[in-house]
Amino acid sequence: MTSGESVTVAAPDRKRPHRLAAMLRSQMRNIAPFLTLICLFGFFAAASPSFATLDNFGNILTQISVTGIIAVGLTFVILCAEIDLSIAAIANVTGIAVAYFTLQESYVNIANVPMPGWAAILLALALCALLGLVNAFGLTVIGIPSFIMTLAMMQIAAGISALLVRGQIAYKVPPLVTTLGSTSIGGIPWIVIVAALMLLGGHLVLTYTRFGRYVYMVGGNREAAEYSGLNVKLILGSVMVISAVCAGIGGMVGVAHFGSAQQNEFDTYLLDSIAAVVVGGTSLFGGRGGIGNTIVGLFVLGVLNNGLDHVNIDSFLKILIRGLILLAALVINVYAQRLRERTAD
Amino acid sequence: MQSERQPILELHEITKAFGGVEALRGVDFALTAGEIHGLVGENGAGKSTLMKIIAGVHADFSGRFVLDGRETRFRSVRDAHAAGIAMVHQELSVAPDLTVAENVFLGSQPTNRLGLVQWRRMAREAGEQLKRFGIDVDPMSRLGDLPIGLQQLIEIARVLFSGARIIILDEPTSALSPPEVERLFATLRQLRGEGTSIVFISHFIEDILRVSDVVTVFRNGRKVAETPAVETSKSTLIEAMIGKGREALEETYTHDIMLPPPTDQPVVLNANGLTLAGRLREVSFEARAGEVLGIYGFMGCGQLELARILFGKIKPDLGTLAVAGNQKAFRSTADARRSGIAFVPESRRDMLFHQEPVYKNISISILDRISSLLLKPSRERAIATRQVDQLRIRPAAVELDLGMLSGGNQQKVALAKWLSYPPRLLVLCEPTRGMDVGAKNDVIHIIRDLRAKGLAIIVLSTEPETVLSLADRVIVLKRGAVVREFANEQISKDRLLEAA
Ligand SMILES: Nc1ncnc2c1ncn2[C@@H]1O[C@H](COP(=O)(O)OP(=O)(O)OP(=O)(O)O)[C@@H](O)[C@H]1O
Ligand SMILES: [Mg+2]
Repeated sequence: MTSGESVTVAAPDRKRPHRLAAMLRSQMRNIAPFLTLICLFGFFAAASPSFATLDNFGNILTQISVTGIIAVGLTFVILCAEIDLSIAAIANVTGIAVAYFTLQESYVNIANVPMPGWAAILLALALCALLGLVNAFGLTVIGIPSFIMTLAMMQIAAGISALLVRGQIAYKVPPLVTTLGSTSIGGIPWIVIVAALMLLGGHLVLTYTRFGRYVYMVGGNREAAEYSGLNVKLILGSVMVISAVCAGIGGMVGVAHFGSAQQNEFDTYLLDSIAAVVVGGTSLFGGRGGIGNTIVGLFVLGVLNNGLDHVNIDSFLKILIRGLILLAALVINVYAQRLRERTAD
Repeated sequence: MQSERQPILELHEITKAFGGVEALRGVDFALTAGEIHGLVGENGAGKSTLMKIIAGVHADFSGRFVLDGRETRFRSVRDAHAAGIAMVHQELSVAPDLTVAENVFLGSQPTNRLGLVQWRRMAREAGEQLKRFGIDVDPMSRLGDLPIGLQQLIEIARVLFSGARIIILDEPTSALSPPEVERLFATLRQLRGEGTSIVFISHFIEDILRVSDVVTVFRNGRKVAETPAVETSKSTLIEAMIGKGREALEETYTHDIMLPPPTDQPVVLNANGLTLAGRLREVSFEARAGEVLGIYGFMGCGQLELARILFGKIKPDLGTLAVAGNQKAFRSTADARRSGIAFVPESRRDMLFHQEPVYKNISISILDRISSLLLKPSRERAIATRQVDQLRIRPAAVELDLGMLSGGNQQKVALAKWLSYPPRLLVLCEPTRGMDVGAKNDVIHIIRDLRAKGLAIIVLSTEPETVLSLADRVIVLKRGAVVREFANEQISKDRLLEAA
């Protein structure tokens, strides 16, 4: 074994175009969503004078906050090559639970159990963590695929919500939740700050902690993770719990943000969160992507939803356009994976 | 001599770079009809890369590619297929979730007029084809459930009987035991007689000399020699591959060697009556500190299952394990790792993260030792760099994605990940598979060093040479049971084969 010393690394300048192309190709997953974002932004800015304003930028931020909070946990799950379809339902039930444990006005006809604010918040958090644990148990101990397990959980959580509110609407939540969900500080809505902090926290965990590394490795090659002596089940279980808790927090501040807690309030957030993560470029096959991608994905969705309201088109057409753009993003996601595999083989 | 015949495939001045690394530099290569062309060279010399160019995997290279006297350029594997070129890759590339029959017919299933797959016909034909090659297996079983050696055989059989006129075999024998190798060679000779051209890559120089007509030697991305097999010798080839003075590297083990007397060092692992339905029967043995225990047997003898039980990957139906005297029932591989057991499976794909840099591959199993909550990337890199130096992994760049290393170098990484914090017991399946002679020698020395430091080591292999070069004591497995133990006595390749 002596050959190694003479492995030539070609002069960088001669190889630059080639290298750049290879780099671009391997970074496709990160570049494509960003380009999409810039194009969308440019398009709407040109199409509507009211779009590219500071005020509207604030609107967009507020609009993507709840999705953003939920998407933090989902990013962990998708990085592990699993999926969580119960996030919206868990968000909903957690929001309802926190209202259920708060004293409502007399005209609200719910047999609720009033408690001090902190207790209500803790109980609601415990509820979503518990539901996450059930997901984790089904996935890792029984061995139900996450797609099926969380589909069942979606129904279970919706069922609990239904039992708690029985078709009614609750309005009051603990003061802390109200503050975070519907007030501002120095002109910045608290909910935006909460979302930003959670995204930042998720990013730090994924990038700088041992657990974060394990998440990427388990997603990259589960078999190899197991043969490396990692406790794969523990890691998968943890991400399911993280996902449920993030969804729960999103649900609580969401309820305060919307001003009411009721059945089916979060239904659109399931697809939006999945879309944000995937559009941002996190691989559905696991192991690639991260919170940075999710943030870009959130902005793509936010700009798209908000921008379509600023231009004059048929509101039914908007739904179709949204669908088409999501499809395009998915195609890029899968395609980027393939390109990468090709450069690596 | 072959050279008088018209070549069917000629490559001129082939150059191929990956990013900044030049894998091939101006290589000429020619193949004539009805020849077996042996290819040897160190890990990373560029053998697989050249073959992938021929098989249409890498479409992006410079140089001329002449097939049947006409300049051609394949854009994909499909183009190469259409031109009658088929390849068995170094890394198993089967579809584990499909049946054996589907794998044999991959992409060309027999269909009826409605375009529906004719399952019965497919199963029958696949079964017949495999039987011709001496493989007796239910064509409707799921491929992934079969032992890796059998999967490799099935993949080889598929390519051999695909009707291709140029067949490339990239280290096909690495997971095969001697009887299968013989069968493969017989088939290759038969195909040669029918006019098929075959390229055969292997690190077993003797095999190369035995079966090839011409041998080409690669070194560092260049072709350094091409000679008729009858006019060369093992030492000449090794010298061409890696330079002077190292030709004594690979011993042949045809003579007897003496196993040392048993040590009185403490028992590290005690396996008692391990039984796994249909795979293992009452396997008992002990591994001691400072000793290498070899476990030898043919493919399918239950080695793989045994190794996985030791690492907590599968649970035995019956039997117990004790580590340093304490009974253990591993619930996960993490449990086994915490008990001080390290494991390298026979298939590196299962062990490595191809999309992650080398240093993350090396540090993954020891992250909890070098960091608590937060990662320490500089520490990881330093440790990885040390391992890369020690094992001479090439290219020596810890930031490179693992998938960019050659097969043999990947194998070294799989070993490297356990060496920074030596465990109590090291379980190695086929530790030198796919390594060139120099690297094998390095690994043998490393394992001996670890033994001297007091580790208990278990080496499981289907290659007699691997076991003989490392083991102080050998047990032989046959159909899931221990049939013979060699300790403190003469042993040789023949005796080992006889016992199995
Ligand atoms: N996809 C790739 N990306 C980057 N570098 C690569 C890639 N494939 C191979 N290389 C590099 O090209 C060189 C030649 O590799 P190749 O796989 O051809 O070696 P080999 O002769 O087949 O070795 P081995 O005996 O270990 O299989 C090595 O330095 C390797 O690191
Ligand atoms: Mg190779």
